[in-house]
Amino acid sequence: MAEISQVTDSTFEQEVLKSDLPTLVDFGAAWCGPCLMVAPIIEELAKDYQGRLKVFQLDVDSNPATAAKYGIFSIPSVLLFKEGKVATQIVGAMPKKHYVEKLDSIL
Amino acid sequence: MTAGLYAARSRIDTLLLEKLTPGGQVMTTAMVENYPGFEEPISGPDLMARMEKQARHFDLKIEIQQVERISRERDLKKVVTDEQQYLARAVIVATGAEPKSLGIPGEKELRGRGVSYCATCDGPFFQEKEVAVIGGGDSAVEEAIYLTRFAKRVRIIHRRDRLRAAKLVQERALSNEKVEILWDTVPIRIDGEQLVQSMDVKNVKTGQETKLDVSGVFFYVGLKPNSNFFDLHIETDEEGFLRTDDNMRTSVDGIYAVGDVRSKMLRQIVTAAGEGAAAAFAVEKYLENLTS
Repeated sequence: MAEISQVTDSTFEQEVLKSDLPTLVDFGAAWCGPCLMVAPIIEELAKDYQGRLKVFQLDVDSNPATAAKYGIFSIPSVLLFKEGKVATQIVGAMPKKHYVEKLDSIL
Repeated sequence: MTAGLYAARSRIDTLLLEKLTPGGQVMTTAMVENYPGFEEPISGPDLMARMEKQARHFDLKIEIQQVERISRERDLKKVVTDEQQYLARAVIVATGAEPKSLGIPGEKELRGRGVSYCATCDGPFFQEKEVAVIGGGDSAVEEAIYLTRFAKRVRIIHRRDRLRAAKLVQERALSNEKVEILWDTVPIRIDGEQLVQSMDVKNVKTGQETKLDVSGVFFYVGLKPNSNFFDLHIETDEEGFLRTDDNMRTSVDGIYAVGDVRSKMLRQIVTAAGEGAAAAFAVEKYLENLTS
């Protein structure tokens, strides 16, 4: 399985908010089963949208500031950022089609 | 998963279709202590990873695709997924169930902002906070106890005057000083600007309404079956769970149902696994009869 790049509290601004491309960030943690379930789908999205979208994972355990800033109280939460702003937020582990439809409607 | 394991071991040409990664509701369970063979509690994700590995030992094929339709095609079953379609002589439906929502004001609006259906995922966000758990069954009470690891106080809101959870689990809840049970009580609305701030509850016997200051509300009010993909008539109970006979046969020849999606009294990992084995065996006999 391809590894997804990690984004942290310290790299978040540069990698996500100032990104030229829209950015998908998967907020999760090792303790969360549904996060494990959604990870392969996020990896597939990274491949399918290569060149159009940057994809990151954010571990809420080690990066609490960013999680708090975006009011993450449920994981997995997948947020799409466009020009530094949250364009959409998907809470819970959803089938791939759900993410694809959201992405296609916004990108 | 067990149906897949048994079918693969019987050398039946088997494909397991899974909408996410294998695991289902077990993945949201912090600790499993009643699955035989594990004397120490095992985490749900750990147990599922082991089951998957074990099934793959027998060369079970697993595809991540969501099943959208199941219909008849001549004497076969046509299974349409979000990516392609398959023809099968037999189908074992093990699509499980998902937590029901109550549909009270604020529940949908504040989902992910304090409203949760997974204590193991979201519990750690509620360090030293006040939370409420809605329900009185095994899941509700077990997860309430789990939440006491993080929360300052956990209130169980239960519409009846006694819990349905297993006695041992009840004893643990009643003796846990962080757990408080509000009997005969139902939630009526959840309020909060950005995040959950309070919940109004009502005592069904006295009619009295109370506002509780809580930051988190966890719903465990039962399950709804994942069974809405049939383009054929199949017998269900009033709630949509699939009815089967003792050998897991549904009302449609060649379609079997196991696990939480099946109409039954007890929904556990061990019952699901047992039914999976029974269904795979029934399928084997069914296929033998077709060819003989």
